[in-house]
Amino acid sequence: MAGFEFYGEGPPGVDLEELTGKLIVLEGTDGVGRSTQIALLKPWLENHGHAVLVTGMTRSALAGDGIKRAKEGHTLSGSTMSLFYATDFADRLENEMIPALRAGFVVLTDRYIYTLMARSIVRGADPDWIRKVYAFALRPHVVYYLRTQIEHLIPRVLHSTGFDFWESGADLRLGETMYDSFVEYQTRLLKQFDAMTEPFNFEVIDASKSIEQVFEDLQGRITRHLE
Amino acid sequence: MKMYGEHKFQGRLFIAEGIDGSGKSTQLALLQKWLDSEGYTVFFSEWNSSLLVKDTTQRGKKKRMLTPMTFSLIHATDFADRTDHAIIPPLKAGAIALADRYIYTAFARDVARGVNPHWVRGLYSFAVKPTLAFYFRVPLETAMKRIVGGRDSLKFYEAGMDLGLSDDIEESFKLFQGRIIAEYEKMVDEFGLIVIDATQSIKQQQAQMRNLVTQALRGAKKMPVRRWLDLSSTVKGRRA
Repeated sequence: MAGFEFYGEGPPGVDLEELTGKLIVLEGTDGVGRSTQIALLKPWLENHGHAVLVTGMTRSALAGDGIKRAKEGHTLSGSTMSLFYATDFADRLENEMIPALRAGFVVLTDRYIYTLMARSIVRGADPDWIRKVYAFALRPHVVYYLRTQIEHLIPRVLHSTGFDFWESGADLRLGETMYDSFVEYQTRLLKQFDAMTEPFNFEVIDASKSIEQVFEDLQGRITRHLE
Repeated sequence: MKMYGEHKFQGRLFIAEGIDGSGKSTQLALLQKWLDSEGYTVFFSEWNSSLLVKDTTQRGKKKRMLTPMTFSLIHATDFADRTDHAIIPPLKAGAIALADRYIYTAFARDVARGVNPHWVRGLYSFAVKPTLAFYFRVPLETAMKRIVGGRDSLKFYEAGMDLGLSDDIEESFKLFQGRIIAEYEKMVDEFGLIVIDATQSIKQQQAQMRNLVTQALRGAKKMPVRRWLDLSSTVKGRRA
């Protein structure tokens, strides 16, 4: 199993030789079932003797609160929001993921730079610019892209949280109602994810199947991967 | 998303760079007074001024949570917000924007902290290219003497204490600022910074600035603003 590398130039002071853990990413649009799968994968991996760290977006000690507050005001422009998220990501990369990888953990992350890049691009960021911004990120060992059609997402979202302002891209004023906006926004995100599949080596998982089937699929892949 | 050098605005952007104690803020304040009196509408903004990220930056600094990477990114976030609110709107309106510190501050400080120079330049590539960028060049010793308050006023990150260059804050400040000066010097040619010898008298420096700004203002809009004082003086007999 090959060691770690950064996409471009990493943060100062990180010795890649010291990182002995595994970095596994689950990606996909809102409502696709990432968090459910992670909740199942964590105990399963632990039962197999792996120490696991679960991490997600906008939860950093540094910028998590700031982002939440800024979003309440709905005043973030495209580039400001992109960079605020990048700050948050860098904080988690340096203070959570890298230390855990140094300690030999399996780091399971609920989304990674790909969601952040997709959201930025949909909000008008230059794709080349945003890729360069995230060039300090570690290249994960594997990225599982949970993919489903927009039609499958809608009932799931209605069942859980309803149409959230940001998940519907309501700041972009894409439709007359939250529903229209959600459909248009998620369709645009889906397009970005699909475009990243090849350049970033995503393993595509059919997430339209049942929770159990998706979990089995992931278990099989992860087992092969960790061997 | 427009990139550095691609923006086309009617307005003008003048920025000032230099280490703490170089006198750049004094010079920019004098320039603003003069531009106001000439009938231009002037918008001033400074480094680290976005209300949006202020809490995060302050918390990070106070609790010393920042790494060179997050230090760099949080300042870029701040700058993006400042660009959208305090720089692009006045420039679009044909006014004059003045900036106390600009992207070159980030290039100098972040690279002095070990961040990759190409990466940080790419990070800020959305910035508007200034009409004129002044760099106030000053020897470190002169700047140190000008910083009011002495060593007690030195702050952790300003002194580069996060880099572990020295346990003594004054010594660390000197070493870190020395690195920053070296980075500024590299940028003079790279970005065409206009060097002002900041050991000259305040008046001499201001005269040089005004001379260059005058040339750059040819064709710029004057937009005199009716101030409260003007309005109240027209309402005869109603003032106490």
